[in-house]
Amino acid sequence: MTFPVIEIENFSFAIGAKQILRDVSLRVDSGEYWSIVGPNGAGKTTLLKCLVRIHTGGAGRIRLKGKVLGGYSQKELARLVGYVPQASGRLFPFTVREFVMMGRYPHLSPFSSVSREDEKTVQHALEVTGTAEFAERRLGTLSGGECQKVFLAAALAQGAGILLLDEPTAFLDYKHQAEILRLLRRLNKESGVTVVAVTHDINCAVLFSDRILAIKEGAVAFSGTPREIMEEEVLGRIYDASFHFMHDAETGASIVAPQGISL
Amino acid sequence: MSKRRVLALLAVLALAVLAGAPLLGMGTMPLSVIWQPGGDTMEAEVFWRLRLPRVLLAFLAGAGLALGGMSFQALFRNALATPFTLGVASGASLGAAVYVRLDLLSGKSGGLFLFLERLGVSLFALLGALLAIGLVYGLSRARRGFSTSTMLLAGVAISFFFSSLILFVQYTSDFFNSFRILRWLMGGLSGADYWTALSVLVFTCAGGLVLLYLSRELNLLATGEDLAASRGVDVNRIKIILFLAVSLMVGGIVAVCGPIGFVGLMCPHICRLLIGPDHRHLMPATFLFGGVFLTLCDAVARVLFAPTEMPVGVLTAFLGGPFFLWLLLRGASEKSIL
Repeated sequence: MTFPVIEIENFSFAIGAKQILRDVSLRVDSGEYWSIVGPNGAGKTTLLKCLVRIHTGGAGRIRLKGKVLGGYSQKELARLVGYVPQASGRLFPFTVREFVMMGRYPHLSPFSSVSREDEKTVQHALEVTGTAEFAERRLGTLSGGECQKVFLAAALAQGAGILLLDEPTAFLDYKHQAEILRLLRRLNKESGVTVVAVTHDINCAVLFSDRILAIKEGAVAFSGTPREIMEEEVLGRIYDASFHFMHDAETGASIVAPQGISL
Repeated sequence: MSKRRVLALLAVLALAVLAGAPLLGMGTMPLSVIWQPGGDTMEAEVFWRLRLPRVLLAFLAGAGLALGGMSFQALFRNALATPFTLGVASGASLGAAVYVRLDLLSGKSGGLFLFLERLGVSLFALLGALLAIGLVYGLSRARRGFSTSTMLLAGVAISFFFSSLILFVQYTSDFFNSFRILRWLMGGLSGADYWTALSVLVFTCAGGLVLLYLSRELNLLATGEDLAASRGVDVNRIKIILFLAVSLMVGGIVAVCGPIGFVGLMCPHICRLLIGPDHRHLMPATFLFGGVFLTLCDAVARVLFAPTEMPVGVLTAFLGGPFFLWLLLRGASEKSIL
């Protein structure tokens, strides 16, 4: 019997008196590409953080590959799940290569030095993400798009089969958005990496994912296929807004835009 | 220049300073003194009983204080965070001031009694340091899971609070004790002997070993706690270990030398410019550089106004103030910390 890679059952989580997640359930199978959408402050980021135990506690049950989350040590967990946060905040002036090498941490013991294999994995992560050409630059000198790719490279160096990403394309121009999304799809299709990405871009979510989860006010508002979410009623319920649909005659694909900013 | 090169150069510099500094002082020291350890000339006495332990103490204290600053800057991801800005030093100072106020420091000298007395000051200072870091930790823990910016602010507040308590203790002391507290607060190495050097050796080396062992974790924590956790660092446990280790180390040093400020602020930054932010290299570099820095400062403080000598804390603060401003102006900016 194969277990789902992520299995969340009736999970609730509060920070202080504030209830962030209510009764969330989710089942992600190996090799799937999930997008998590929903309004700001709905608890999407918190859900990801609970999965990598940045937040601990909460009621309900989370299992990874059939084993409860609490049964993993932090290092074991890191070998299983890679996490790409929104790139922000102050950065120490590490070089890109040094930073990506830190992704190897869960594979190293305290006094062991970096092995050839570690170096190869890091080089590969740098090349795949197109960050090898500025590997010796310092983090603080990078643009937003470059920085996001470096964060992704570091998570890849971790060698985990599950990737959690928090708005990987936010604040990026179209070129960088496309590069990151293509890369994620390639990892998903070719290397079989399970991807769970939080995004605000419904159109990208629909184009790229196998399945979509929508969270509203901490609870699951929708869980299903891209086709099913592209309904005026469903989107309206999730976002409390009206939507306008446009259809591409050539491919038959739909694109959605909120009423008021569309024609 | 390769990192190994920089480290080797720093090590050579450290040896040179350790060998050279005891020769400096009022009046030149003929080298022959050192070759005749048994000699009971006045100069031999000064060299072996006063200057050598003092130089050793300066080096070890400087190394420990610099390491304290290095680890707090990484933990808080803030260029201005040091055990001093976080109240560890003022906590230790308060402990020592209370000890003096309670007249536990008798002033009698000699042998075992002196040792016990010193142990007492150290103990009080350590308790003060732990109290400070415990308060900071508890406060920020109570408010929304221990975020670094809350902790930094809590540290500043507690630092002020403890400073006022020190003033109060001093106010209620008699003239003699009040002066001793004041003199102690200036920070200095003039009371150095082999005992004090040995106690600081223990604190600095124990703290240093912990930091060396956890240098990868320090790197990861410096990239952010969330990222560190997602890369496999047991963040809460490692943070508590680091806080305890650094507080004990700095508390132990402050107990002996008084609060010698700004060493922990300046040295790690200069070392980061020299060797980069990777703590596996930065840690030994900061140890050596901090040692060299305080030893040289103390040498200057001894020689500058000879025959009077200036407390070394005055000199480091004199250098550190402008450095602090330079850091601010240079923009320990949003994007990068130095």
